[in-house]
Amino acid sequence: MTTAEARQPQGESYLEHGRGPRSWLLTLDHKRIGVMYLVVIMASLLLGGAFALVLRLHLWNPEGGLVSSDTYNKLFTLHGAIMVFLFIIPGIPSAMGNFVLPLQIGAQDVAFPRVNLLSFYLYVAGAVFFVAALVAGGVDTGWTLYPPYSLEDARGLGILLALSAVFLVGFSSILTGINFITSIHTLRAPGMGWFDLPLFLWALYATGVIQIIATPVIGITAALGFFERVFHLGIFMPQYGGDPVLFQHFFWFYSHPAVYIMILPAMGIVSEVVSVFSRKPIFGYRFIAMSSIAIAGIGFLVWGHHMFVAGQSKWANVIFSLLTFLVAIPSAIKTFNWLATMYKGAIVLKTPMIYVLGFFGVFGVGGLSGLFLGSLATDVPLHDTYFVVAHFHFVMVGAVLIAFLAGLHYWWPKMTGRMYREPLAQVSAALVFLGFNVTFIPLFFAGVAGLPRRYATYAAVFQVHNRISTVGAVVLTLGLCLALGGLAESLLHGRRAPANPWGAASLEWTAASPPVAHNFTSAPRAGYPYDFSALRLVSEELGYVPIEDGAPR
Amino acid sequence: MKEHVVPEPARDPEDRTPHAVPARVLVGTAATLLALTATTVASSRMDLGAFNVVLVLAIAGLKASIVALFFMHLRYESRFQTMVLVCAVFFAVVFAGLVVFDTTQYQSGIAAQSARTRAGAR
Amino acid sequence: MTSPSTGGEASPAADLAGRPPFAAGHFPTMGLQLDASKLGLWLFLASEVLFFGGLLTAYAVYRANHPDLFRYGHYFLDWRLGALNTTVLIGSSLSAAWSVRCAQLGRRRGLVVTLLVTLALASVFMAVKYGEYSHKLHHGVGWGLAYRPSREILAALPAALRAAPAPEHAGTFFSLYFLLTGLHGIHVLVGMGLYAWLLRRAGRGDFGPGYYVPVDVVALYWHLVDIIWIFLFPLLYLV
Repeated sequence: MTTAEARQPQGESYLEHGRGPRSWLLTLDHKRIGVMYLVVIMASLLLGGAFALVLRLHLWNPEGGLVSSDTYNKLFTLHGAIMVFLFIIPGIPSAMGNFVLPLQIGAQDVAFPRVNLLSFYLYVAGAVFFVAALVAGGVDTGWTLYPPYSLEDARGLGILLALSAVFLVGFSSILTGINFITSIHTLRAPGMGWFDLPLFLWALYATGVIQIIATPVIGITAALGFFERVFHLGIFMPQYGGDPVLFQHFFWFYSHPAVYIMILPAMGIVSEVVSVFSRKPIFGYRFIAMSSIAIAGIGFLVWGHHMFVAGQSKWANVIFSLLTFLVAIPSAIKTFNWLATMYKGAIVLKTPMIYVLGFFGVFGVGGLSGLFLGSLATDVPLHDTYFVVAHFHFVMVGAVLIAFLAGLHYWWPKMTGRMYREPLAQVSAALVFLGFNVTFIPLFFAGVAGLPRRYATYAAVFQVHNRISTVGAVVLTLGLCLALGGLAESLLHGRRAPANPWGAASLEWTAASPPVAHNFTSAPRAGYPYDFSALRLVSEELGYVPIEDGAPR
Repeated sequence: MKEHVVPEPARDPEDRTPHAVPARVLVGTAATLLALTATTVASSRMDLGAFNVVLVLAIAGLKASIVALFFMHLRYESRFQTMVLVCAVFFAVVFAGLVVFDTTQYQSGIAAQSARTRAGAR
Repeated sequence: MTSPSTGGEASPAADLAGRPPFAAGHFPTMGLQLDASKLGLWLFLASEVLFFGGLLTAYAVYRANHPDLFRYGHYFLDWRLGALNTTVLIGSSLSAAWSVRCAQLGRRRGLVVTLLVTLALASVFMAVKYGEYSHKLHHGVGWGLAYRPSREILAALPAALRAAPAPEHAGTFFSLYFLLTGLHGIHVLVGMGLYAWLLRRAGRGDFGPGYYVPVDVVALYWHLVDIIWIFLFPLLYLV
């Protein structure tokens, strides 16, 4: 888009093209589908987060008292299930990937728009089933749903609804992966080779591989669990001849790669933001691209590290521990490349970058803490303690949620055509980072000191850890609400966004903010997505435009 | 209002006129599959102990490959699609292999524990 | 997956003028649309491999640790019906592949016939399956704890097996049997629905050398259904 085009009002945007509920609910436009996903995903975050807040308030006192122990069990189960299945796994791919992917490859839409809509409705159906599980009396097994406890007849209807929900969201995930991989293969703009793709798309591609290969196994696990409970098949329940550890193998074969479904898109966002806001091409593009594929591949081989003390055999333990150490390597490669990108860059401290800087610290801690859990000897005392809780919250909340917020702020002008208030957004980011660390750092110490997870009460010696953590949770909640509130406010009063407010070079920024229904008004020309030399800043209002041919750079 | 543009994209497979698999290949494939089915049944009638399972699995794998190569015309398609199938089978085998390995390893532990429980109950 | 974009947003007329029917607005050529559809389906088939692979893993685990259950249990299954069903499915794969050929060569009547044959053979498969299931359930051969075999069916076992005591938890074999064949059967039913849909469209003359994607893609799905049975037959009926 030229300076002249930047000044002109654009045609009807995708938000205005077609009005009324049917034009949204039956849309085939990937951008509208992405927005609908975002709404439900945000609702899931708030629901899961509300449960977490209640848990943390309950844990203010060693003897609990806010809720009954039984309710406590149900709260942590559904907090986990909703956050994992309804927020973190679909979050970045479905809400942001759907919106951004076709724009980044210069296409009109994804390869299979109707399958995309189906994915959305499957996700919503899964969400409805989780809420139904809540209403039907809840589930108190932990989000991991381990038999024999979870499949006993006394558990009621909740577990059956939860298993159905898992199946549905799983199917949604598989279809999304199929759509993304096919789109990247077949709909790239002319001249866009594989190594001209923005790294966010390499991340989504690797994520798609995991979605397709791993998710069917949780699907069959949920189905087997369902039928075991209803028909007493004798696959998982020992009293009927089954093997409960077998369930754990099945469950974790998906759920470990699932954490890479969570983190890879987050890392993709980090690659985009760190480069744009350092005004410097990403360092080690091919290493970052290939490391995404490596993480996806190796990630399939480590699931047994969740089962070191479950009765898994000695040799399997050793194999899984060794492979777990391997999977840390590609993540480290990425981290060093990101840091090298910032070195001698011209850092722009806007909100997306602030979140990303927070990501580096938190992801480092989270990832390194995983090494203690991957080591057999240290895992034995740490398993099922708050150390584990702190580890996975550091990577899931600290890394993924923070990257999610970074991406949301980064692409917000593109999605909505509005700029949010920068000072408020920065304050929110600081509160989120501060609140997050105050919540979870004490839990590492509590875990090392022996505090077990999933207990409604605890010994008085852990009161200080829990109280600090609860204070942190309140600050985190405040930061999150401010961040989301600020974004919501921008929809009403935000300044109109230019097409390219950040000076990024990937193709989505050549479309209008927000884009027209078919994305581009002039043929997108592929180039290297991290070459910022051809852009110049006109003004805060008009953003960045390409330097006209012949003009001085 | 600017014209909506749908440019010809860069991608790996080229436009191909439909390649219809020859009739004799289809019939030959079906005949081979039937012959292999008969072979499988015949082999199962012989008592080879544990090797029976290995043999029927091998023949089934061969039949599946034939269906994939000819009926599903993988032989005439881009190699990426074969890669997709191979990757899926690879990970399925890794999963089955590691899980079977682990479960066989801990059976003795289960037996020992069951014995202890029964002894304790008496 | 491949019909004109509708609902809420119209493709501009300028782009669609002169384009073949059933072109999806966001693909510039039909060839590309075909390639994308096939790639998409292969990715879906990969997920099916893992889905059944999971169930076969459960089979493998029980086979490895309790082989006696399988040596005992498979005698309850009639291998001749299994072989019949295998033959039927191979035949239906042939007719499915042939239907793609007919569409590609523009032979409309051949297309309708081969689609019909595929659907008919699939129905035969399901009929045999229904017969097998009802026979078993009638004789109390159910899954898990519902395994309470009748005297008649026990009498039909080979002498050597009748003499020895039945293995504990023999019902687990039948749990696996019903799960594997049941899941496979659901896939057959879905396939039958797809072939019925294809028949309707073929009857209207929707398919030809310029557009045969749905025929190709459904046939690929059907071949996978055949491949799964190719494994199930020996693993359940023969060994």
